[in-house]
Amino acid sequence: MRPSAVRLLNILVPVKRAVDFAVKIRVNPEQTGIDLNVKHSMNPFDEIAVEEAVRLRERLKDAVKSIKVVTIGPPKAVETLRTALAMGADSAIHVEIPEGTPSPEPLAVAKTLRELVMRQKEGVDLIIMGKQAIDDDAGQTGQMLAGLMDWAQATFASKVDVDPSTKAANVTREIDGGLEQLKCQLPMVITTDLRLNEPRYASLPNIMKAKKKPIEKFTPADLGVDLTPRLRTLKVTEPPKRVGGGKVANVDELLVKLKEAGITPKRA
Amino acid sequence: MDDVLPGYGLARAWLQKSGSGDGDVVGHVWAGVPGRGKKEESIMLALGTVGRRVWSARVSRSFSHLNTVTEQDLAYFSKVLPPSNILSTLPPTCTPHDDMTPYNVDWMGKYHGKANTVLRPRTTHEVSEIVKYCASRRIGIVPQGGNTGLVGGSISLHKEVVLNLGAMSNVRSFDPVSGILVADAGCILQSLSDHIAPDNHIMPLDLGAKGSCQIGGNISTNAGGLRLLRYGSLHGSVLGLEVVLPDGTILDQLSTLRKDNTGYDLKQLFIGAEGTLGIVTGVSILTPPAPQATNNVFLALPHFDNVLPLYQTVKRQLGEIMSAFEYIDRTAYDMALSHGLGPVLDAKEVGDARCFVLIETSGSNEDHDMEKLNVLLESLMTADEPLILTGTLSQSPGQFESLWAVREGLPECVQKEGKPYKYDVSVPLADFQKVVDSVLGRMISMGLHGDHAVSKVVGFGHIGDGNLHLNVIAKRGYSPEIEAALEPFIYELVASRRGSVSAEHGIGSMKTHALHYSKDSVSIEWMRKIKQVFDPLNIMNPGKVLP
Repeated sequence: MRPSAVRLLNILVPVKRAVDFAVKIRVNPEQTGIDLNVKHSMNPFDEIAVEEAVRLRERLKDAVKSIKVVTIGPPKAVETLRTALAMGADSAIHVEIPEGTPSPEPLAVAKTLRELVMRQKEGVDLIIMGKQAIDDDAGQTGQMLAGLMDWAQATFASKVDVDPSTKAANVTREIDGGLEQLKCQLPMVITTDLRLNEPRYASLPNIMKAKKKPIEKFTPADLGVDLTPRLRTLKVTEPPKRVGGGKVANVDELLVKLKEAGITPKRA
Repeated sequence: MDDVLPGYGLARAWLQKSGSGDGDVVGHVWAGVPGRGKKEESIMLALGTVGRRVWSARVSRSFSHLNTVTEQDLAYFSKVLPPSNILSTLPPTCTPHDDMTPYNVDWMGKYHGKANTVLRPRTTHEVSEIVKYCASRRIGIVPQGGNTGLVGGSISLHKEVVLNLGAMSNVRSFDPVSGILVADAGCILQSLSDHIAPDNHIMPLDLGAKGSCQIGGNISTNAGGLRLLRYGSLHGSVLGLEVVLPDGTILDQLSTLRKDNTGYDLKQLFIGAEGTLGIVTGVSILTPPAPQATNNVFLALPHFDNVLPLYQTVKRQLGEIMSAFEYIDRTAYDMALSHGLGPVLDAKEVGDARCFVLIETSGSNEDHDMEKLNVLLESLMTADEPLILTGTLSQSPGQFESLWAVREGLPECVQKEGKPYKYDVSVPLADFQKVVDSVLGRMISMGLHGDHAVSKVVGFGHIGDGNLHLNVIAKRGYSPEIEAALEPFIYELVASRRGSVSAEHGIGSMKTHALHYSKDSVSIEWMRKIKQVFDPLNIMNPGKVLP
């Protein structure tokens, strides 16, 4: 008997070039944002997403047909794509925006990604992306994208199992109460949480190979998407400096201090 | 001046505790018996075995020419310094014994001094007054910085007064244009780094103890560290010193001139003198600009013979941006993995690699550095006969730090595996692996290799500087048998290659007996003459450096 044909998976991994997590953040003098003249690197949650895609291929072998990474960013963002290619992705897409343009907002990103997915001739079965970016901490893009595509979504994934023959996935999610198990039908969006895996270091042979992997370039206009921000940042300031606390000798003194601070008792 | 003494010598006994628990505890124990001589105390050696503890003794020179601090001396010091800057077990101060411990026990917990008085002067003038008085009273002085030394050089061996520089911690000036920094000797290295960082400068030296060590101590030990390959030794970056000499005179050579060829360069004597010629109280040092771009490369090599050609290739292709070239042998690499450092390389690609190299680059332009790195890595990977099996290049500041952590975490792994015999030696680069292999061979041939005695012999170090850190791990604790097998074997091995028995740690009190392996008798004789010129009374850090 012929074995039933295994359905082949095309995986898309969106990644973001963000300020590196180790950098000391400083607000710019105009108070419109932070000083961006600092080290950038791939958003750590996106690194985990790339790693998961590569591990899926290691587990499922030929069932994973392609791993494509995509980023929306300035010319320098191509380095982030090269890192992902060096980790094991096959090809990349760069939606280039001019240097100095503000980072697109989650809805704009989701719309751009939807546009790209529709243009993939071979289709996309699985989108794995970071649960949030460490610069804006929005945590919205994955969910919005799933909504726009009308796809299933499993966010904050800490474990992913995909069965290509049934095109279904079992995902374990980290939630406040503990862990939740979801069974979803592909195509779907998965967003990664910290404990999903530990990303690998790019080995030199792969770094060399990555240089030859193809990177497709688009502008937002090519895709017909408008990345103009819909939110206006009024002001960015540092949080107020911590003032020292004080010790009180007894309850009476505590009451006096509370009164001084303007805290009044409420009658029950 | 010297009374005739009955032949009592000073003896050190090493207490070694084996067994589990964090940190090794190896201590000196002094037993004092007062009163044989008129003014001098005589010291007797106490040896013994307590349970599983093993002692071995070394005899050093008599301290009989020195007096210890008395209540009258304390009364004088109290006129010079406020009470908050004096610790003493003597009345009326009566500092509790435990408060004295940070000044009497070294960083490793290996050396235990018994100073009864610790002084913390605030100004150079106060240091001068104290030294003058001690000279007149024949009281020995131990200059002390952060007390992070690894050779027992900052500990009071026999009740010398400890003169700690920690209260002199002001930055006197910093010129962001020239990068010249002038500071008190008691400034902690990390705080100096923090002070100059906003002006985009870095200190020319970096070492693991940076959060505690003081710049005066760094200079007195001619500290090396991780940046020496790029920024050179302190003999080059120190522009001037302010030193209090053993008679209390203040020698002010605190110049901020980059070039000054007027007479003998006296400051070079104090750099590395480990406090035996005078007390460094002020420092003028040249600080380099901070690099804008840094990267790390970690490489696996099939065998040691490739290290030298690799070093030459890397030096040639990276040129001025190479800032560190560190070596890790296979035993050390496997040990690091087993303790959770990494993995940074794919195990299949590593295969049978015999050694590993960590290369750091520092430059002013990221694109320029990346281009040089890409050319280098491409040529290494595609060569007809590749020097390397595989490797990785840091892709983010986080990966940069964790690649360094593999190398910097090795001493800690060693501590977890047993009690280490540490040998910090300089040998020609080509001999690194031979030295490690010889030591391992000796352990095997003497039946000491295995879990019952020496579980591992690991080698790692600043191979770019020719500095090997050889660690012989005694799994069940120190033992005289292992020590006898190692010494003088290792010192003789190093001497046979005209190497140094102490590349960067110094001599302190630990290696005075081994000085002759790296310096001939003529050199040692002239060192003694210089000591005699500066310190005829031998009060300045007695018992250290010179045998």
